[in-house]
Amino acid sequence: MKIVKVYGPGCKRCEATEQMFRAAAEKLGVQINLEKVTDAKSIAMAGVMSTPGVTVDGKLVHTGGLPDAAKLEGWLSA
Amino acid sequence: MTANSQEQHLLQQRSDWVWYAGTVVAAAIWWLLYNRLIPFSEWVTSFFPVARESHAGEAIAFFVYDVPKVLLLLTAIVFVTGVLRSWFSPEKTRAILAGKREIAGYPLAALLGVFTPFCSCSSVPLFIGFVSAGIPLGVTFSFLIAGPMVGPVGLGLLYGLVGWQIATIYLVFGFTIATVAGFVLGRMGLERYLQDWVRELNAGPVGDLPEERLTLVDRLKIGIEQVREIVGKVWIWVLIGIAIGAAIHGYIPEEVMLRIMGGEAWWSVPAAVVVGVPMYTNAAGVIPIVEALLGKGASLGTTLAFMMSVIALSLPEMIILKQVLTYRLIAIFLAVVAAGILATGFLFNIIM
Repeated sequence: MKIVKVYGPGCKRCEATEQMFRAAAEKLGVQINLEKVTDAKSIAMAGVMSTPGVTVDGKLVHTGGLPDAAKLEGWLSA
Repeated sequence: MTANSQEQHLLQQRSDWVWYAGTVVAAAIWWLLYNRLIPFSEWVTSFFPVARESHAGEAIAFFVYDVPKVLLLLTAIVFVTGVLRSWFSPEKTRAILAGKREIAGYPLAALLGVFTPFCSCSSVPLFIGFVSAGIPLGVTFSFLIAGPMVGPVGLGLLYGLVGWQIATIYLVFGFTIATVAGFVLGRMGLERYLQDWVRELNAGPVGDLPEERLTLVDRLKIGIEQVREIVGKVWIWVLIGIAIGAAIHGYIPEEVMLRIMGGEAWWSVPAAVVVGVPMYTNAAGVIPIVEALLGKGASLGTTLAFMMSVIALSLPEMIILKQVLTYRLIAIFLAVVAAGILATGFLFNIIM
C-alpha cells in the first residue's frame, strides 16, 4: 500500500496528475491510497512551491507540471 | 560496452538527430508561412461579397490577416520560451534571491519573474515559499508583477504586430514599474498586513528534489508540450481580441478615437486603467486590440496604460492572492502598481 498525496489548488494539471497515478496503480497492480491536498497552508507546509507536487509515502518526488509516466511507475513500484 | 548497449546508444543518437532536423524544418516552414500572410489575407478577403475599401472589407482583411499571424507568432514565442524556461524553476529562483542583498533583489527578481515558469494557479504556494525563505516582501512583489507584465508573449506579439520601438518602450517601462513598485512596497513595511497564518507560518525548508539532467531533446519536448497547452488554452482569447481589433479598425472613425483616447484628453489615462483591470484576458488577446487602437490614432501613453493594466492587474489574480494578503495589502499593492502605470501613461502622452 502506497500513500500518495497530490498537492495543488485544483487546477487542471493537478487532476491530470491524479488520473495518471490511478491509471498507473491499476496497471501495476499496486494498492494506493490517494489524497488530494488543496489547502494553501498544507501545500506550503509540505514544501511544495510549484504545483502539482507529489509525495509518495511521505517523500517528495515531484513538483511542477505533469510527471513523466515512466518515472511515475518507478515511484509506485519502488 | 556490450554490442547491445552500443546499438541502443546509436539508435538514441539517431533519434536525437531526427529531433534537431525536425526543429530546423519546422522553423523553415514557419518562416515561409509567416512571409506569405499579406497575399493570403487579401486572397481570402476577395471571396467575401464586400468592397475591399468598405468598413466591412477593412474589418475582414484585418481579421484574416491577424488570426494566422498571431497564431504563428504565439506558437513560436511559446515554444522558444518553453525551451528557455526549462533552465529555470521557482526553486532555483528562490535560492538565487534568498542569498541576495535586498537592494539588488528588486531588479533581479523582476528579471527572474520573466524567465521563471509558473502559472497563476501556483502563485500562492510560490508566494509563501519566497516569504518563508526570508525573501523580503517587496522583492517578492517585484517578481510577481514582472511575471505577467513583461511576459514574452506580450512582448513578442507587440514586436510582431506594432513594431520594435513600442515593444522596447514597453519592456523598459514594464520592467521599471516592477522594480520600483516592489521597492516602494518593500519600504512600506507591510508584513503586518499579511494574513495571520502566513506570518505565523514556519514552512521549513522547501523540499529540494535532486536536479534532473535534461537533454536538449527533453527541452524541445517541453517546448512542444507548452505550445500544446498554452495555444490550446488561449486561442479563443486571441480570436475575441482580434475580432474586437477588427471592429475598431473597420468601423471606428479616427475623430472619435482621437477624442476618447487622444493625447489631449488627460482623463483617458486613468479611464484606460480603470477599464483595464476587470478585463480578463491575456497578453495574446489584448495586443491585437492595441494594434488597432494605435492604428486609429489613440495616443501611446493611453494605450500603454490600457495594455499594462489589462495584463498586469487582474481581478482573478487578486482573488487568488486574497488567501495570503489582507484586503488592505491588496489595495495598497493595486494602488502602487496603478500609480506606476498612470505615470507611464501621462509621461508618454506629454512627450509624444
